[in-house]
Amino acid sequence: MHGRPRKDPKPEDAAASVAKAEKLRSLQSQFLSNHHNKIYTNEALEVNTKLLEVNPEYYTAWNFRKLAVEHRLSQSDSDPDSIKSIFSEELKVVESALKQNFKSYGAWHHRKWVLSKGHSSIDHEMRLLDRYQKLDPRNFHAWNYRRFVAALMNRSEVDELRYTTDMINSNFSNYSAWHNRSILLSNLLQRKVQGFFPKELVLNEEYELVHQALFTDPDDQSGWFYYLWLLDQTVKADAPLLVSSWPARDSLIILEDQCLDDRALSPFNTFHSDSGTFPLIVYFNQAVEGVNSSTISVESVLNANSELNWKPLSTNNSQTAQVWVTYLNYPKVDVHSEAYPVEVSIGHSGGIISSSGFHYSHPSRFAFKVFARPVKTPIGHGGEIISWQDGNFALYETSPEEPNPTISLDQLNSKDDNEKTSSEWRAETIANEIALFQELLSEISCKIGKLTLARLLKAHDTLLSPCANKMVYSEEVIKLYSDLRVLDPPHSQFYKDEHSLTLLQQITSTRESLLRYCFLHGDGTSSFIGNSMCLRLNNLSLSRMGSIERLLWVQMLDLSHNELRSIEGLEAMQLLSCLNLSNNKLSGFTALGPLRLLKLLKVLDISCNQIGSHSIDTTRYLCSSPLCHTEEMDWGRDETVTADVNLANYWEAFVIFRGLSLTQLDIAGNAVADEKLKSFLVKIVPTLKWLDGGELH
Amino acid sequence: MGELATEKHVQYILSVEKRKDDFISVAMEYLRMNGAYWGLTTLDLLGKLDAIDVDEVVSWIMKCQHESGGFGGNIGHDPHILYTLSAVQVLALFDKLNVLDVEKVTNYIAGLQNEDGSFSGDEWGEVDTRFSYIAICCLSILHHLNKINVEKAVSYIVSCKNLDGGFGCTPGGESHAGQIFCCVGALAITGSLHHIDKDLLGWWLCERQVKAGGLNGRPEKLPDVCYSWWVLSSLIMIDRVHWISKEKLVKFILDCQDTENGGISDRPDDAVDVYHTYFGVAGLSLLEYPGLKAIDPAYALPVDVVNKIFFGR
Repeated sequence: MHGRPRKDPKPEDAAASVAKAEKLRSLQSQFLSNHHNKIYTNEALEVNTKLLEVNPEYYTAWNFRKLAVEHRLSQSDSDPDSIKSIFSEELKVVESALKQNFKSYGAWHHRKWVLSKGHSSIDHEMRLLDRYQKLDPRNFHAWNYRRFVAALMNRSEVDELRYTTDMINSNFSNYSAWHNRSILLSNLLQRKVQGFFPKELVLNEEYELVHQALFTDPDDQSGWFYYLWLLDQTVKADAPLLVSSWPARDSLIILEDQCLDDRALSPFNTFHSDSGTFPLIVYFNQAVEGVNSSTISVESVLNANSELNWKPLSTNNSQTAQVWVTYLNYPKVDVHSEAYPVEVSIGHSGGIISSSGFHYSHPSRFAFKVFARPVKTPIGHGGEIISWQDGNFALYETSPEEPNPTISLDQLNSKDDNEKTSSEWRAETIANEIALFQELLSEISCKIGKLTLARLLKAHDTLLSPCANKMVYSEEVIKLYSDLRVLDPPHSQFYKDEHSLTLLQQITSTRESLLRYCFLHGDGTSSFIGNSMCLRLNNLSLSRMGSIERLLWVQMLDLSHNELRSIEGLEAMQLLSCLNLSNNKLSGFTALGPLRLLKLLKVLDISCNQIGSHSIDTTRYLCSSPLCHTEEMDWGRDETVTADVNLANYWEAFVIFRGLSLTQLDIAGNAVADEKLKSFLVKIVPTLKWLDGGELH
Repeated sequence: MGELATEKHVQYILSVEKRKDDFISVAMEYLRMNGAYWGLTTLDLLGKLDAIDVDEVVSWIMKCQHESGGFGGNIGHDPHILYTLSAVQVLALFDKLNVLDVEKVTNYIAGLQNEDGSFSGDEWGEVDTRFSYIAICCLSILHHLNKINVEKAVSYIVSCKNLDGGFGCTPGGESHAGQIFCCVGALAITGSLHHIDKDLLGWWLCERQVKAGGLNGRPEKLPDVCYSWWVLSSLIMIDRVHWISKEKLVKFILDCQDTENGGISDRPDDAVDVYHTYFGVAGLSLLEYPGLKAIDPAYALPVDVVNKIFFGR
């Protein structure tokens, strides 16, 4: 019961309730008997009408009415007047039911049913709606019904848009009206209806409208969500774009067929693999489908004879992903071999499409060179343990001629004039909005205002990047998020996540800032990994990982001693072979889902997290499993391993670890990590040599 | 802060089951199947399902089944997908899915899919994303998801996505936390959560928490205990539940208890009912309140029940 006060019923009320109940019971049983016996007489309809007046949610009674109408129509002599009176009666019953309960699904649907039979008129329904929507301007049934009537009777979207303007002007705090406005306006803009083109002019007017709402009552949420949508319309490009790749544009990649043993080379662009192949990763600004050998052409002698197989890096096995990977063969390994050019062309034939249906429309091209070197002395494979202790790391000192590791690809697309106007308009709009909100916030302290300003400042930096390749406002944004954590404690983790993302953008924005986090691991000879450069983003209070598009080159990553709950997005780091996630807040194995796509991962430290300490798993549905029908559980293959464990308790570990080829795992310091689990893991990961620091035999 | 009055709530649920004479009980007869699901799931979360006579419940449920395969809200009432899911869920609670003629039930549900991928609630054609969730959840529990066109079902749900990241009843319908649960749940079960902008939706959902700690279902509305379920489960499925204050929400739910007579209400000091009692307890379970069984955010059944269905052998 909604909004009914809790109190002990007075004796007289209780008696009245029993009497009322008795009456309703009698109506209900008379009705059911009529319904079961298909009795559609006037008396039966009268019982039904009375029942629905008292209890409009009684769905079977609405079904009965429809049957009765059909019955009466079949009996009538198709005289238009009598048909009309049959339907008018139904409209009346709906109206009186709605008086009793404005939220009755059954009543609203019955009215739609009558209208879809061609009865009533648009004027009549609009008058009725105007009355209802004045009484309850937020009723979503009425709004849904309004959209239904408008569509059924071809009322123009421009008229409906005007209605939302009226509703908003009479009360800014009407989220329902703002919502409907966003729907109508998107349609009008998309169809470029007269008066709604160019988009820039329309959006300028919308900014003005929403400013009035925001400045009238900055604490009311209704306008802010609309504002956020406008901002999104302003900055977001519809069409998918290529953001970055590995190998990066114009880079020279040194491939090692065994192990790096020549310290003269930059660790940023060396890559080692035993498999004879190396990945080619393309990173888009949004999820796309349709990446294949015909939409991306790769010209090189390295794959002359074979068609490339592109794989979406999707944690739920979907054919849509923001990041795609394929594998190219190593060139011939020879000391005197030349550097082989590889040229990648994207989008010259259509087919790459975003989830919202936009085509990749800026054909682009980039090239890199690869060079394979043999090793002098093959070194052991995972024979030695990798230690993450601080003493094993030394800050990397770069030589000036070394290539920039963070080079990224965006905005290499040529732009036509039309886009130039719109990008100028974008920059101008964002600058105006920033000024406006800085002024507003100098007068009042408003939570969503601050958040919006932070978003505007980030949008500003994103628009300029990577041409400027510098975050102008990141300090201010970080300060705003810190303020917000104090101002709005219940949402502090949201602001912390945003803070982390901004910090990572800042760190990865320039070569100088990134180099402060680059370390060489060990003495360079004892490591079996091909590249001893480690990116150490440890101890930064990061609660979320981001800016991964700039970190595709990383092969060894230290994220320990942060506050990470998830590693969403890490699947893009296809080169990763060593990962330290110890001392974070990971709360379940399913949070490690992205690791399943990292085929080169050998060393993993997840010690001292919270795996097994929580009864609710927040990544249960973000990880591919039988629960979400993205894969079958193939226990059978591992019958001997799984025979003696309760699979309902171990399925997460099974799903995550079975496909990994780890040689070293640290898992101590998690509630789940008892001896039984460890022996289970040893069985399902046969490549494992080191577990929690101990050597396995 | 008070504690969860477990024993009182158990007594309350058992008493509601027996109460038949007051007006509200009579008026609610048509949805007794939903009531059974709310009450019995609450008892299971509280660890007290053994207070129930299983055979009695199962035989009553089967009397509500229509020859079409669907279930009505009570004996003699028309079949509807809403009550069909509740019937299947209750049978799953008791591990009694084997009493069903699975072909018949799943045929009924699959028969309600429309050409555009959407689902009708029954033969009278009301379309709503609630029914998409129900169909998908029900068929998944019965291992018959392949009976429908999942791709079309998903694309219909996606067509109901709004510019605030949420979902409405039909394309263009305003976002509402209950509807969002249905759509996120259906996308979760079909492995399609990549259609959701988790940050956009997560922020909209976390802004449902009002100063008092409770959650509302839409902007500028009053908080209500039932959104502890709709909002929380959605936030959990997209891994953004840490964006709200769990402590404040626990307090709000506990403040809505009737500590004298048991039951939980929509807001403090309002009248209690089984619906809000279920959503309050289920919300506390999602908040990892001590002593409660864990509930699955997508299937709305205890995790052990769901794990048995999908990982049992």
